[in-house]
Amino acid sequence: MEDWLYIGLFVFISIALPAVAIFLAGLLSPKKPNPIKNTSYECGIETVGPSWVQFKAQYYVYALVFLVFDVETIFLYPWAVAYNQLTLFGVLEAVLFILILLSGLLYAWKKGALEWM
Amino acid sequence: MSFWTDPIAIIENLISGWLAGLGMGEGWITFILAFLGAAVYALVVMLFVVLLIWVERKILGRFQDRLGPNRIGPWGIFQTIADMLKIFTKEYITPNGVDKVPYNLAPMLAVAGVLAVWAVIPLGATIFGANLNVGVLYVVAIGALGELGIILAGWSSRNKYATLGGFRAVALLVSYEVPLVVTLLIPVLFSGSMGMNDIVFAQKSMWYIVLAPVAALIFLITSIAENGRAPFDLTEADSEIVAGFNVEYSGLKFGMYYVADFMHTFTIAFLFATLWLGGWLGPWAEKYPMLGIFYTTFKAWFIYFTILWLRGSLPRFRIDQMINLNWKVLTPLALVMLMLTAVVNHLIPAGMLVVRILALLALNGALLFVTGKLLDRFAGQTKRVVVALEPRPVARPEPVATESGTGV
Amino acid sequence: MTALQIIFLFVAAVTLASAVMVVSARRMMHAALWLVLSLAGVAVIFALLDAGFFTVVQVLVYIGAIAILIIFAIMLTRKAMEDVGPQLNRGWWLAALAAVGVFAGLAVVLVSWPGVNASAGAGPDANLIVTFGKDLVDPHKFVMPFEVASVMLLAALIGAIYVSVEHKGGQK
Repeated sequence: MEDWLYIGLFVFISIALPAVAIFLAGLLSPKKPNPIKNTSYECGIETVGPSWVQFKAQYYVYALVFLVFDVETIFLYPWAVAYNQLTLFGVLEAVLFILILLSGLLYAWKKGALEWM
Repeated sequence: MSFWTDPIAIIENLISGWLAGLGMGEGWITFILAFLGAAVYALVVMLFVVLLIWVERKILGRFQDRLGPNRIGPWGIFQTIADMLKIFTKEYITPNGVDKVPYNLAPMLAVAGVLAVWAVIPLGATIFGANLNVGVLYVVAIGALGELGIILAGWSSRNKYATLGGFRAVALLVSYEVPLVVTLLIPVLFSGSMGMNDIVFAQKSMWYIVLAPVAALIFLITSIAENGRAPFDLTEADSEIVAGFNVEYSGLKFGMYYVADFMHTFTIAFLFATLWLGGWLGPWAEKYPMLGIFYTTFKAWFIYFTILWLRGSLPRFRIDQMINLNWKVLTPLALVMLMLTAVVNHLIPAGMLVVRILALLALNGALLFVTGKLLDRFAGQTKRVVVALEPRPVARPEPVATESGTGV
Repeated sequence: MTALQIIFLFVAAVTLASAVMVVSARRMMHAALWLVLSLAGVAVIFALLDAGFFTVVQVLVYIGAIAILIIFAIMLTRKAMEDVGPQLNRGWWLAALAAVGVFAGLAVVLVSWPGVNASAGAGPDANLIVTFGKDLVDPHKFVMPFEVASVMLLAALIGAIYVSVEHKGGQK
């Protein structure tokens, strides 16, 4: 519990430190907004069309493949912690687990889901 | 225990004794000590970045055959301080139409995603924030804050290029997280614990870079990619997407991304030293924990220099190359490496350290060899995507000295 | 009330409030961001229960992966950045009634269960993760669910790729 208290405080501080810095800089810096200055920079010229554009499905596929592998790997962490006390059977179980997912990667590969289009 | 063996514990005892003297409860003392410890630690790391920026500029300057900062102070060492003072007094320009709350939250999250990692990095036998029993996973999990910071920045800026850059960056970040998480299993597997300090202790017999060099290499590559540094800096490719997710930021809000970036490199170096190079281990490090800080920093500098070296020498990847490298090389390699390492390591009875080292080294060598052969075989077959149908104009410089004898 | 209870109540309130914001926010992106806060609240509650492994898994999987997936999905949606219609329809009171009913039912069931007031006993021992890992590959315990989980993840992956990639390369 004490560890988590420390972690909680540390995360809080690591958000608060930049917040304080940004606030202090806000006090020091000049504030002279004007309509031209406040337009979006975009790419250096005027914005054309809506800026929240529709994205292609490729991003979603990457996130999905990532999610599957992420969940898989997290399953393996308790196994890795117990690794030194396992029998060979236990190790091979995890190997089978990985092999099943490797076939998933292979499928994604063959289907072209991993190409950037 | 004299002052020099463990000054931090002594200071801690002093403060807790003083607080107890004021009549505070046990819980409050723990809370205040944890708060002070965390605040001082985080502040030191944050301020260390000031030095890092100077170091990086100086070293990069040398790589590129120039001097680097050299005007303010000896060897230009105060250049960053001048820059810092300047950026503190810069105006925040908040463009019209930005989504205010996410826009302002994003830089803080970006810094927090890196800074919070330091809570679990051990600097000495007794000098660490917390030896969390899930430390390794915590390091990856806290990186999610950084990803969130990038998405928020890209989306809230209301700028097509920022949005595009942000989403591209996050798509790459999550992709590279797969081999990263897989390779992080290796130290856990060897040491039987996810606590960072336990992992360091377990490396007393042998550093893990010797037992699993391929894993260490994949860790280094994916970490650099997570950091978004050259050669993986295409998320801020100014020729394609202006400058990525942070175009619309100014003043210190932009500075925070800058800080997070530099801090990230250094954090990677420390993580590498801790996980693969034995962290604070060294002669007398257990007796005098302060020595551990020296050893860790020393090892981390090597990695830090290597990362800068890579940045100074390699060109930028294209996005499809980067995606291919991850899904078609690093991920399968990491998974195969994990399976083989687990099996081979398990077949060797405990205690036979030399046999274990030789077997694992042979395994890693074979893996690298096979990967290299496969890459040679298949890389030649991949067709290059034709982007333009007409031949593109190519600069063909004429020889300068055309007239004989003029010789420029 | 101990400090722990105060923290718990605060975190629970934040979690619930952001959950309400998820369904009532007008911009889909804002809903996703409130969801992140809500998930983070659950992670803190795990930490308060001293379940460290589940805290990091919650952050890693739910915030680091699922929230990102949802945000990507939002960016795929056409013209859904701004919702302009009314938030409620005519049947809202029916839905509210059903929700209250379900909550009351759950509460009654939980209160009648003896485990609801029992405390967890001594804190979990440090080797809990080791035990967990051993049980995962123990043929007498969870090895079947473990491997089935792998097959299910594979099925999810194949299904998703089939849906999102297949029709694009129709000529293949």
